[in-house]
Amino acid sequence: MPGWITNYINDPRTLTPGQAGSAFWALVYILLVFGGVSLAVVCMNWLERKILAHMQVRLGPMRVGPHGLLQPIADALKLILKEDIIPDGADRFVFWLAPLIILLAVFSVYCVIPFGPTHAITDMNIGILFMLGVSSLGVLGIVMAGWASNSHYPLIGALRSSAQMVSYEVAMGLAVVSAILMTSLNDSGTGTLSMIGIVQAQYAQHTWFIFKFFPLGLIAFFIFAVAMVAETNRAPFDLPEAESELTAGFHTEYSGLRWSLFMLGEYAAMIAVSSIAITLWLGGWMRPFPNLLSGPTWELAFSFFPTLTFFGIAGLTFYSTMRMPKHPYFRLQTIGLGAFGGVFVVIGLLLLIPSVRTGIQDIYWFVAKIAVFMYLYIWYRGTFPRYRFDQLMRVGWKILLPMGIGVLMATGIVALRAEIFDFVRQLFHA
Amino acid sequence: MQPVATAFFFYLLAGLAIASGVLVITRKNPVHSALALILTLLSQAGLYLMLYAPFVAGVQIILYVGGIMVLFLFVIMLVNIERSEKEKQFNRQWIAGVVAALALGGLFVSIYLKGRDIFPASMKPPVEIDNTQRIGEMLYSGYMFPFEIASLLLLVAIIGAVVMAKKRI
Repeated sequence: MPGWITNYINDPRTLTPGQAGSAFWALVYILLVFGGVSLAVVCMNWLERKILAHMQVRLGPMRVGPHGLLQPIADALKLILKEDIIPDGADRFVFWLAPLIILLAVFSVYCVIPFGPTHAITDMNIGILFMLGVSSLGVLGIVMAGWASNSHYPLIGALRSSAQMVSYEVAMGLAVVSAILMTSLNDSGTGTLSMIGIVQAQYAQHTWFIFKFFPLGLIAFFIFAVAMVAETNRAPFDLPEAESELTAGFHTEYSGLRWSLFMLGEYAAMIAVSSIAITLWLGGWMRPFPNLLSGPTWELAFSFFPTLTFFGIAGLTFYSTMRMPKHPYFRLQTIGLGAFGGVFVVIGLLLLIPSVRTGIQDIYWFVAKIAVFMYLYIWYRGTFPRYRFDQLMRVGWKILLPMGIGVLMATGIVALRAEIFDFVRQLFHA
Repeated sequence: MQPVATAFFFYLLAGLAIASGVLVITRKNPVHSALALILTLLSQAGLYLMLYAPFVAGVQIILYVGGIMVLFLFVIMLVNIERSEKEKQFNRQWIAGVVAALALGGLFVSIYLKGRDIFPASMKPPVEIDNTQRIGEMLYSGYMFPFEIASLLLLVAIIGAVVMAKKRI
């Protein structure tokens, strides 16, 4: 074995799991995050169709597997086998490059997302800046896809999308700055841009930033939550792909595997921006009340939550298994659904092992918060009608942007209130 | 974090920047030129990172790649590209071009030869962590006036754009 490999394996940084600055652990986490996000996208595909269907009093996918559980796999197979069409007169190189740029931009964001104090690919000291910058590259992919298709609907979709994303990025940035301002409220008076540092600042200040300086944190979070939906081109801001107006918007001409890359990018982007919101305002990987309900008893109580979640899902699955039709035609599906529930029980039991239980805590709470955001995304899509383009621009520039500037100024004033009082007192005494 | 393989990454990024810079002026299709320009700006951001200036690199990506180049593409897409592809790519001012290139080349050569005398001999590499903080402190203390002047300039540009775009205000 070459010397540098042995050196590397014996390096103390490699031996500690999740140590920042160790290439080995970065590689492990890259693989874990890529696999996890892809799995989450597959789950989201099924969940979105199911939840939307139930919101509209439909059944949703029911044919492939029990309750349509195998539908995502069938869809993936179909997309891979489908003919890949490049339209005549399209700019072939740009057409080929566009989905790759979107994926590259989205998955680069995951480099700095902290799933726990030691569960991150890397920790940069410009973390949040890097995230905002890289996620803004996604719009390039959309513009390129729309232009390279050499067709009218995609071009209009791409124009709409670039205008929309550039507008909402401004409001988003202002909301983020007001949260970063809150990280500087410590003894040294220096804030941080590092994603891990932001969560640790919330721990040190004994509050999530959404509740800080009520209602300023809440308003900033609200601005970000609206801009976030617009940035990911989801309903009610899905104008770039409004199907009633533009057939499918910027990816009308894409088919097969390339089209599925766009879908993967969209869902991965949803998870990525939700993680930014969670890290900045909702305490990142922290469980509820880490300061108030501290101590070994509470630690133990909260460490059973992952197992309880999996048991809950298993219980739902078993309930559905019992309600399956008793006809012999459905026997295989019933057994399959039961086995599916069994898998959840086994995972839940595995999470009871003490070492796993303590190790998985941070990741569990982070993923649970992401899941709430994903449900909200689906809920928006099920309830809100799509905005018209001029309404979208008015919301972005005339409502969110002034609100963002106001919140930023108010946060600054409240944060420096002691200094301002002193200044005013000196003015009157002099 | 100590950077690894510094020379390799420097030549990679610098070569990428120059190659895509050449592509910017030689492509006939303006969209391809814009895409090459994006690559140039990104490799520049990488070079800033190697100079221990992560904040500048981040701002470079947000402003130039995410903001300005998207607007570039936005405008180019509205231009009739078929016509611009048939137009002549180079104008006939090659004498002026040669003079400018020679002057710039001379500057480079003189810096390469005399650089040791002009620039300070060795600077301690700045701490990477402090970069953002240092820039903030500089902007709001020593360079307050130029910073405010620059923001005023941008404000004037915004108002000018509104005045030109709107007939009745």
